[in-house]
Amino acid sequence: MKILVCIKQVPDMEAKFKIDGAGTWYARTDLAWRMNEYDEYAVEQAIQLKEQEQEADITVLCIGGEQVKETIKKALAMGCDRAVHVAMEAVSSLEPLQIAGIIAEFARDQGFALIFTGMQSQDRGSGQVGLLVAEFLTLPAVSTVVEFAYEAGMATVRRELEGGTRACVKVATPAVITCQLGLNSPRYPTLPNIMKAKKKELRTIPAGELLKVAPRQETAKLFFPEKRGGGEVLEGEIGELADRVIQILKEKTTVLS
Amino acid sequence: MKSLLIAESRQGKVLGGSYELMAFAGELASDTVMFLVGSKEALPAYGGRLYLADAAEVGDYNPEAHRELILQVIAEENPEMVLFCHSSYGWDLAPRVASALGAAQVSEVVALRDGMPVVPVCNGKLRRQVQVATTRRVFTLQAGAFSPSAEPSGTPEVIKMAAPAPGRVEFCGYEQAAVGGVDLGKASVVVSAGRGIGKPENVKMVAELARALGGEYGASRPVVDAEWVEHNRQVGTTGQSVAPKLYVACGISGAIQHLAGMKKSEFIVAINTDRDAPIGEIADLLVVADLKQFVPLLTAKLQAR
Repeated sequence: MKILVCIKQVPDMEAKFKIDGAGTWYARTDLAWRMNEYDEYAVEQAIQLKEQEQEADITVLCIGGEQVKETIKKALAMGCDRAVHVAMEAVSSLEPLQIAGIIAEFARDQGFALIFTGMQSQDRGSGQVGLLVAEFLTLPAVSTVVEFAYEAGMATVRRELEGGTRACVKVATPAVITCQLGLNSPRYPTLPNIMKAKKKELRTIPAGELLKVAPRQETAKLFFPEKRGGGEVLEGEIGELADRVIQILKEKTTVLS
Repeated sequence: MKSLLIAESRQGKVLGGSYELMAFAGELASDTVMFLVGSKEALPAYGGRLYLADAAEVGDYNPEAHRELILQVIAEENPEMVLFCHSSYGWDLAPRVASALGAAQVSEVVALRDGMPVVPVCNGKLRRQVQVATTRRVFTLQAGAFSPSAEPSGTPEVIKMAAPAPGRVEFCGYEQAAVGGVDLGKASVVVSAGRGIGKPENVKMVAELARALGGEYGASRPVVDAEWVEHNRQVGTTGQSVAPKLYVACGISGAIQHLAGMKKSEFIVAINTDRDAPIGEIADLLVVADLKQFVPLLTAKLQAR
């Protein structure tokens, strides 16, 4: 059983973002980079499936510049078997359709029984890539999965809906699954596994070999949202802050009366 | 211009987001037609033409069949724009439809600027204005971003659609996540813990602040996913929606899904070390402080009153 997991490297969302020179994306400087949180669940689910189906072989794929190899290595250290680095520096200039096109071009005819992706990225957040990969490959897809079970060619999953409701869904493999937060508990790589990961196959493919889809949209402008007026910001010594907060609550709300 | 509005129904009820699609089309002065997999017993309040497939035959979630039906409507009506809610239904279906149409898809539109859709980036810290290159376009709209100005009304002209062949994804039914005990919607004060609390032991200080304010404590999704707080206290799209007199967000950055569940609160206090956290956009009061020191102190001062 062959499994593909698609991951993305994103900045830590706590960062203080700046706009880049072209005004169409965030500046890539002074950021801490990590694996897209949704993709950590995808990697973990693939590894859990391999623990169940011992003959399984997991390929992890990531598109980006040289620095994404750090994130790829984390996925290998978590337990993926081999990695594909689709090399391209200006990956943020690609729209989701093109990202999906690259993945599909790589995955076509390779016989992956399951393709796991995060349900969205933390930075762009389109939520399209996994579903579009399925469209390119004419595979069935289920998005927003918070529970996953597999037995004999059939995946039984729960989709997360709004308001605490879940939908139970069954799909035969091959299929694409997009992973929602909370699907499992992503493991931390152990030191021996980090060492082992260094010996695993990491193949680099230039993005140009796989990118065959033209964009249908582009970013005209990136900007900071206008701050809503009226909100007060308090800073300073915490004892004074607490007194000030209590005073404001007395004036503006009825909860302390 | 003509827009096709993909309305939503679940378990025989039309979902409110369907009316937000009408509000958005209204902003663009677009003509509309509507599509719904639902029930003729519960029609949306809409005065236009409604293509209706029976959810009892097709299933609430049957994406390949829903796509097939939508493509039939598009062939009939030839709309330039197809609008979905950015919901578990809409974001799942929209890429499938856009792909079949060869149309650009823009996800989670929150506004229009210079006639172009604007979407959030990086958990809402940034906004992106998108230039679409195709004539036909598919948008999903963020929940709550476009509100109908008046109470929706009207009775649709219904065109019934036959159920297509079932797709490869089999919908087996709904489950309600365990809810019980805590109805945050009834509390006049809700104090919620976010990822910024750092470790599970710190849930206690948030709970104590809630008690000192005569309220209940809640949590954002990451804290619930980490199992520091049980799911029945989760505030946000996938948990409970609350609108108390006072909402205190402790170490919550303000992901859109969380904001959707609490932004109607009467007074919002955010405690955060990050001055630029998106929660600051909707907070009436942003206290820039380390909550681990500030919250116990505030609690003590409240108790001493």
